[in-house]
Amino acid sequence: MSKVIEGLLYSESHEWVKVEDGIAIIGITDFAQHEMGDLSYVDMPEVDDELSKGEEFGAVESVKAASDLFSPVSGTVVEVNEALEDSPELLNEDAFANWIIKVQMSDEAELEELMDAAAYQKLCEN
Amino acid sequence: MKYYDKLIFDLSRDGRQGYSLPSYRWESSSKDIPSGLSRQKAPALPQVSELDVVRHYTNLSQMNFGVDSGFYPLGSCTMKYNPKINEEIASHPGFSGLHPMQPACTVQGALRVYKELSEALSAITGMARFTLNPFAGAHGELTGLMVIRQYHMSRGDIARTRIIVPDSAHGTNPASAAVCGLEIVQVKSKENGLVDVEDLKPLLDETIAGIMMTNPNTLGLFEKDIKEIASLVHECGGLLYYDGANMNPLLGVVRPGDMGFDVMHLNLHKTFSTPHGGGGPGAGPVGVAAHLASCLPVPRVSEDEDGTLYLDGCDDACGMISGFMGNFGVLLRAYAYILMLGRQNVRMAGPLSVLGANYIKESLKDCFELPIPGICKHEFVFDGLRDKSTDVTTLDVAKRLLDYGFHAPTIYFPLLFHQAIMIEPTETESKETLDGFIDIMKKIAAEALEDPQSLKTAPHTTPVRRLDETTAARQPVLRYKDMSDIS
Repeated sequence: MSKVIEGLLYSESHEWVKVEDGIAIIGITDFAQHEMGDLSYVDMPEVDDELSKGEEFGAVESVKAASDLFSPVSGTVVEVNEALEDSPELLNEDAFANWIIKVQMSDEAELEELMDAAAYQKLCEN
Repeated sequence: MKYYDKLIFDLSRDGRQGYSLPSYRWESSSKDIPSGLSRQKAPALPQVSELDVVRHYTNLSQMNFGVDSGFYPLGSCTMKYNPKINEEIASHPGFSGLHPMQPACTVQGALRVYKELSEALSAITGMARFTLNPFAGAHGELTGLMVIRQYHMSRGDIARTRIIVPDSAHGTNPASAAVCGLEIVQVKSKENGLVDVEDLKPLLDETIAGIMMTNPNTLGLFEKDIKEIASLVHECGGLLYYDGANMNPLLGVVRPGDMGFDVMHLNLHKTFSTPHGGGGPGAGPVGVAAHLASCLPVPRVSEDEDGTLYLDGCDDACGMISGFMGNFGVLLRAYAYILMLGRQNVRMAGPLSVLGANYIKESLKDCFELPIPGICKHEFVFDGLRDKSTDVTTLDVAKRLLDYGFHAPTIYFPLLFHQAIMIEPTETESKETLDGFIDIMKKIAAEALEDPQSLKTAPHTTPVRRLDETTAARQPVLRYKDMSDIS
């Protein structure tokens, strides 16, 4: 059974969001990494890239498949997790401890459209 | 199977050779080459005897698995038997000795084959005209999309830069469209696996160049709403592209031209029995409706009033997509196949491939999860084992099949299901072969419950065991030299 953490927000496309002082910290869920299998590559945007909600911001690749990453919020990329460039397996080891990008949000109201842990858990079970 | 993994360089011994040349008596012809451009050291070629070479390649060839060695139910690939008469025709010196730069007047026979094959494909598909120049299926897709773009551009309709692709499509569809500079718009499938017409309608506007469809789709299901989809797309000014990868079940029964498609490609290496994958190059002829014929690539084969064939250009063409006239040897094989079957027997391939697929599906649906019940066409998709309690995955099942002498089906495609196993038997397999496969699949399903470990560590009898694909993807070793570094 995949892990879901209380207190985070979740998107239908299996990204998680943690909010700290107007910054959205974004990663993929444990369910997503489990479905993908061993990851071999994480494609990430560059700092200062502008993202709008629902826009593709990168991709994760495993030996089984490649899957696009979609931004759960709009804003500007302020940091990318460079450790993932050489060690994509960090996402398999602990998907919630290893974020992918940090975004300075332009519209915090968008967070309201995301799911809480219970709702996301339900989505995964279906 | 005997394990053999030597490189020809491993066999090399200084001074060993297959034959001896007479001593060198003439002046070097390379003396005019500037010194900076001429080689200073002899090339590091392997030094081996003729016997070394023969044994080396014979041993390597025996580690292969092909349709000549066993059942190969690789979904979406149509691994049908490749009749040997195809090879005999293609190796005829009258064809194999041709040079692509020969004047047209000296290759009238080859051009005649080109023209007659084009016409046979037109008759089979209901398209007005074919080019046989594309080298493979995806190359055909790109060519077909270039034809679509060229058609819109030639009418001054430059806003049509988006193409609709269903979520069940082959991955090559969006890839080819992206290479062609088109933006991809995805249309969803319904619960029953077919394109959702209601989801399609709002996507149709004056920016749509067309839609790419595979029918039957990658789930092996016939898109029953195709006539409605065709009229909706045509009403908005778009064109319909037919991905011919799944043409086999329709061969001689249903024609893409009659379904309303404007452009299509065929995979001669699938539907028309030419060698496949490692067995040889492919061919992806593209057929178009009459109003698009002027946009086909050049060169084309045309005929004079006196019956002389010649190569032709055209200002409206989408360009040139291959150096000469495609993979001619492949075209010859496909034409031999069509002529050997004849007009009546071509009609038998589709129904028999459908029968074989349904027979396997119905025989195995108690052991494997069938997400969409009902009649399929030439292939179908299971979503892993029915009983998943022991965590045995589709990958484990596929690896275990190798132990029993079968090639694995296509796995983890289409992406609509997490544990997809896509099985396509083709019409050339006997009932005994299908029964043998069914028995083994049932046995594997039983093993998954009784001895899951034997599946998780499979294969056990192949030359190499389960490969570490993750490390291979994360730290690829791409050169011989790198291999010697790590060994």
